[in-house]
Amino acid sequence: MEFYVISLLNSLVFGMLLFMLSSGLTLIFGMMGVLNFAHASFYMLGAYLGYQVSVFIGFWPALVIAPILVGIIGAGIERYGLRTVHKYGHVAELLFTFGLAFMIEELILLIWGRVALNYQVPASLDFTIFKLFESDFPAYRVFMLVVSVTMFVALYLMLTRTRTGIIIQAALTHAEGVGMLGHNVPRVFMIVFGGGSALAGLAGVIGGNYLVTSPSMAILLGPIVFVVIVVGGMGSLTGALIASLLIAALQTFAVGYDYSLVDLLTLFNIELGSEPLFPDLWRIKIENTGPLLPYLLMVVMLIFRPKGIMGERES
Amino acid sequence: MVKRYSVWIAAPVLLIVLPQIFDSGFAITMMSEMCIAIIFALSYNMLLGQGGMLSFGHAVFYGFGGFISIHAINLVTDDIIVIPLELIPLVGGIAGFFFAILLGYISTKKAGTTFALISLGLVELVVACVLLFPSFFGGEEGVSGDRMLDYSITGIGFGKGVEVFYLIAFWLMVATALMYLQTQTPLGRMANAVRDNPERTPFVGYNIHLVRFFQFALSGFFAGIAGGLLAINYEIVNSEMIGALASGHVLLMTYIGGVGHFFGPILGAVLYTFLHLTLVNITMAGQLYLGVLFIIIILWAPNGMAGILMVHQPVWRAGLFKELLPTYLMALGAGLVTFFGALILVEVNYHLSLSIEPDKPMQLFGVEFLANSWPPWLFSIALMAAGYFMLRPIIRKIGLKWDELTQVMQGGK
Repeated sequence: MEFYVISLLNSLVFGMLLFMLSSGLTLIFGMMGVLNFAHASFYMLGAYLGYQVSVFIGFWPALVIAPILVGIIGAGIERYGLRTVHKYGHVAELLFTFGLAFMIEELILLIWGRVALNYQVPASLDFTIFKLFESDFPAYRVFMLVVSVTMFVALYLMLTRTRTGIIIQAALTHAEGVGMLGHNVPRVFMIVFGGGSALAGLAGVIGGNYLVTSPSMAILLGPIVFVVIVVGGMGSLTGALIASLLIAALQTFAVGYDYSLVDLLTLFNIELGSEPLFPDLWRIKIENTGPLLPYLLMVVMLIFRPKGIMGERES
Repeated sequence: MVKRYSVWIAAPVLLIVLPQIFDSGFAITMMSEMCIAIIFALSYNMLLGQGGMLSFGHAVFYGFGGFISIHAINLVTDDIIVIPLELIPLVGGIAGFFFAILLGYISTKKAGTTFALISLGLVELVVACVLLFPSFFGGEEGVSGDRMLDYSITGIGFGKGVEVFYLIAFWLMVATALMYLQTQTPLGRMANAVRDNPERTPFVGYNIHLVRFFQFALSGFFAGIAGGLLAINYEIVNSEMIGALASGHVLLMTYIGGVGHFFGPILGAVLYTFLHLTLVNITMAGQLYLGVLFIIIILWAPNGMAGILMVHQPVWRAGLFKELLPTYLMALGAGLVTFFGALILVEVNYHLSLSIEPDKPMQLFGVEFLANSWPPWLFSIALMAAGYFMLRPIIRKIGLKWDELTQVMQGGK
């Protein structure tokens, strides 16, 4: 019981972090058709800037300043980089963001070095908020949940209840029509790209000290975020939310089971010979498959339901 | 006629002569690596350039080619099967082909972004498998073997690096010729059609999914050959070869070389491998410079270096290149000034963040200075600004000159 409740809470925390990343990515994709390869790099940038600002003036200002900085950088990159390659098509845009991811990683090495940063949870949040079946639950995880849920609600209200949100939603599906009505669509694109980057930056600020702030953090999390938006359905916010929680739960729960195929066979009283075919396959434990499961889910999803959980179209 | 085939005659001669001129161990290693990179990049261009499929996971087939080859070498050493070493790359190729068929059918259903995403998912899937299947992938340290087999067609022992280089060069010629011929086949042509207009191709009567799938499988075959050659060259294969990083390298070299022309990836592979191997010894920022080159190519020369060369072909033919030369030299000068400024800034920062003793003086081009003092910073920023303001009018001038030349050439016709 303890294991289930704690794992559920942990996967909720990780899932909402994933959602913070994937929401921006899926919005950018839905609107501009650009799969932003550098999205996880903005997350990394958020963590590093968050660390730097919190060293200078503390964690709370960093929580606001760092995402804004990342958002400005993102908007600038859209304006001066992505818009230039837009005329060469989506493949060129994808390549550009790929090169960008590469460059951001190198620049982070250049400025902060190769070693992981000592980015700590702020002292004001470093306590146990409640005890659950004898184990402590850190307050910081609750804080992460609060931030991400607030962000989700704010994003949802912004998209459905404000004028800007309605224009963005319209531009998602009918960019040309919105342009005809006199809205500056390229500027809307820039705002969405900057906003998505800022969300990734926010995820970096609160995730950097929960996980690790090191130059490899973008490469570690980036592919999983892509899986999230494929599984959830490209361009769908609700889909991204479901898929984030699903994948986080998969990875968190897998760690708790140390069964392998051998155990399964013993259950049915089947003995495996001393030298079976594919000796490794039978010995793989579920707890070690954590890194593999999201990709397996993605491949299965692509075979049976290519448009994802909530997707409306096959891109 | 002679002109058409001259490249195919000159290339083998060059490959035979080169190791006799550059016979140092480093040169042989570099040339071997270049030849392998050429095969790999050309196979990658079968997807990206010919078929319009941007893959982030091409190293999967390269890697499987390598792993299967090294296992085959070990099986031959243990006298379980008999394959001469000269044919081991073919084993790698068949392995690459097999895995491309296995993984390609799902991933080639869609092109564009979806294809790119699936390729990324697949490469991560394979990387995650590396640690789960240690008896095949050898875990962290990889699988090693001994290429000096008892079986050989030619009777060469392949103990020396030069002998291996000639084997690689032979396979390079075979693979390149085959890939070139493939571009002339109906499949190669239809791959272009599918790339350019997937809506209209079905109306000609072709199944676009199958065209992509066949192209993908063949590309996997040649990537596998390159992987097999790498296994022979280094006698060790590890997980680094199969991952996203290796896939990224081949993407960079192919794109820098140019995806629009057959010889583009060759150019890119040679230049990229050369820069990669030499920069590593000189500076810690090698990857950064290659990344900058890649971004510059994407932004301003989407057809790569081959594209830049080919744009100048008509000008060269018309004998008007000398008109462009002065402005180009000026642009080169200004560009070098900018680059030099950026280089100082980058090196100073790398010294501060990555070297063991950042407070000690550093050396750059024989000049010794302190990285955390203000003169190098000021100097580099001044250089970059100067270069930028010099470049802008020159680039405008080049544009004007081009317009002028185009008019002259059109008037001449």
